[in-house]
Amino acid sequence: MNCGKCDNPPVIELQHGAVCKSHFLNYFEDKVFKTIRKYALLQPNDIICVAASGGKDSLTVLYLIKKYIEEWRFPATIFALAIDEGIHHYRSKTLADLELFCKDYEIPLHIMSTKQEFGATLDQAYPIINKGTKKKPCNICGVWRRYLINKHARTLGATKVVTGHNLDDEAQAIIMNIFKANTDLASHLGPISGVQEHALFIPRVKPLYFCAEKETRLYALLRGFTIEFTECPYSREGLRAQVQAMLNDFEAKYHGTKQSIVRSFLDLLPLLKEREQKKLVEPILACHECGEPAHHDVCNACLTRKSLVEQRL
Amino acid sequence: MELTVFHERENITQTIQSAGKTVQDLLQQLNINCETVIVVRNNEVITESEVLQNNDKLMLLSVISGG
Repeated sequence: MNCGKCDNPPVIELQHGAVCKSHFLNYFEDKVFKTIRKYALLQPNDIICVAASGGKDSLTVLYLIKKYIEEWRFPATIFALAIDEGIHHYRSKTLADLELFCKDYEIPLHIMSTKQEFGATLDQAYPIINKGTKKKPCNICGVWRRYLINKHARTLGATKVVTGHNLDDEAQAIIMNIFKANTDLASHLGPISGVQEHALFIPRVKPLYFCAEKETRLYALLRGFTIEFTECPYSREGLRAQVQAMLNDFEAKYHGTKQSIVRSFLDLLPLLKEREQKKLVEPILACHECGEPAHHDVCNACLTRKSLVEQRL
Repeated sequence: MELTVFHERENITQTIQSAGKTVQDLLQQLNINCETVIVVRNNEVITESEVLQNNDKLMLLSVISGG
């Protein structure tokens, strides 16, 4: 079997046929750049903060945003921001890859840590917070990461935060929200995250929104990005891992399942956002503890910080 | 035929006797979902339809980064 567009050997079988390396790279980049334009993810003069971890998704999105700026002469600047959660044998490896990548591509990199901000690594904090709240590591990590990315992106002058969320991430989040009847949270999904605009919130956008995880891994591989395989020790604990396996089973049997979930969801998303905006009678507040945006008097990050302190006493 | 397979996620290499013809047959035999791996032979990425040869050395790269 050859590539559907030339005589070269194929590297992947897509829904519309098999393609070779060169045609796959073009297809992938076209898809990302079309997503940026269709959803107006970037505006001229944006200062773009790419939330990066050093994994395949963040290296790919970093590379492509830089390429978009350079090839299309798009007037914007870019920097990378990484959060070191302090997960032993995991984050230090991906951060080492990220540091090398940013050096090679001349992208400024800032690394912040949960240890500096919350006084503990995730490894230290999780068992303590879990005792009082039963929170899973991914819940704590998610709250801390979003908090630190927004706070430091804003402090560093960013007007946009780019994340490496891909089609699989989004399909999993949609299904998880349905399983938990979290329609309010579902309204925050989409190529542009969130429902409300606020001066303290830096808008978060997802250029890899329509790129499957397998496509992104293949792109990173074919581009020669150095990615050492590492796995977060907590990643198999949550609901997401089970939903991920379920969706991969469906995808293998019925090609296009994840794409269909996301496309169906996008048809419903305007209705969900409209409903959520009507429900938001109270404006976003500034957290009484830290001044960061919050839906209540105290933000979720400060609640976990308090829980950590109380449980330690 | 005999195949040598390196599994990136588990960091193990195994020798496998396979009666199948293609990558897809092998993945089914190993109970691996094709959505979760990229298959490499002689530094070239190959698809599920690729026909395997005796003594092929394959790498199964993990798609899931587990972050």
